[in-house]
Amino acid sequence: MQDQNSPAADSDLSLEDLLVAVGRERDRQAFGVLFGHFAPRLKTYLRRLGCESGGAEELVQEVMLLVWRRAETYDPAQASAGTWVFTIARNKRIDALRREQRPEIDPDDPALVPEPQQPADRRIEVKESSGRLRAALKDLPPEQAALLRMAYFEDKPHSLISIENGIPLGTVKSRLRLAVERLRKALRDVE
Amino acid sequence: MTRPSHHPGDMLLIDYAGGGLCEGASLAVATHMAYCPACRHAVSEMEAVGGALLDELEPEPLSPGCLEALMARLDREGPRTERPAPSCRAAPFPPPRYPEPLRSYLRGRLAADGTLGAGGWRFIQPGMRGINLISEAAGTTRLVRMRGGVAVPRHTHGGIELTVVLEGGFSDEFGSFGPGDLAVGDCSLNHAPVSDPEGCLCLNATIGGLRLTGPVGRLLNRFIRF
Repeated sequence: MQDQNSPAADSDLSLEDLLVAVGRERDRQAFGVLFGHFAPRLKTYLRRLGCESGGAEELVQEVMLLVWRRAETYDPAQASAGTWVFTIARNKRIDALRREQRPEIDPDDPALVPEPQQPADRRIEVKESSGRLRAALKDLPPEQAALLRMAYFEDKPHSLISIENGIPLGTVKSRLRLAVERLRKALRDVE
Repeated sequence: MTRPSHHPGDMLLIDYAGGGLCEGASLAVATHMAYCPACRHAVSEMEAVGGALLDELEPEPLSPGCLEALMARLDREGPRTERPAPSCRAAPFPPPRYPEPLRSYLRGRLAADGTLGAGGWRFIQPGMRGINLISEAAGTTRLVRMRGGVAVPRHTHGGIELTVVLEGGFSDEFGSFGPGDLAVGDCSLNHAPVSDPEGCLCLNATIGGLRLTGPVGRLLNRFIRF
């Protein structure tokens, strides 16, 4: 079912464009492309967090179903597609694997202390900073990159990572701090 | 409203962004974020790191038919989508006293005017009462209410505690803590916080599973055990 009017028919579209197309037009072809990109990575993510293969595939489907349902809330001026999918997958696996709620702020909450100023349209900035971030990740010293991955791909706070890997807590903290500093510089484009 | 001056710090924010914090500690960090645009921004940056790390994971192929099965589910769903609560909903008046995500945990405990009811508080020590919100293996998360001028007795324990001030405040030798401030305490610190004259309402959570030994890296700079 090739649909020449579908935005997904244009192979130059970014993941962000595809996600917007799913949100606006319920574009199935775009969703299929997103599935092809994210589902195999989500499977790896969930398996690293301890899901066995069959369970991981079921959970991947659940995550992608949420991507479909929530796509219209995606705002490319706020986050890359990968970042947005990551937060959905993280919350889903906390719910499914740990049977816990994920406490999060409500951006529309009248009780939220507001930003000093309204954020500008950061769409181009988001795109450029994602590129810089990917490059900075590749440049991280291996010991920093390894700890960073543990912080995202193991269901543990940094203090437990320290204990279970026999790395002194001070070392874990200093390596993670160095990594965060470098990545933050890349995101904010300051050298 | 003034913005908080005591923050969780990068290590706790990365644990929160990565999803490694237990529910109670996540509630404390997220409640602080409701008061703190700077930490919201920091977490969104750390989520961007999560997104970039997800993108560079080695893809693991799915069984054939996965996409087709999902597409069939979309067919059964029909066109209705999960609509978020409309963002233009009428602002309640007066505005809620406690921000999300904390407010959801207080359901059934708030009076019509948005204040906490008098029921359910349990005695902790003279001048100090608490309500348990979450009980998990990692520890208990609770609201703690202190009368003015109450001193917390010194003692030690094995975990890390997070305390977010909601109303009033307290002080110790490290400074004054007011609404939105988050204090991180571990067992290396020995001090005696005292509540401000108007008293103090705070959220108190433990990061469990910690068996910290030795004097390593005790950079976290608070110890408060209620």
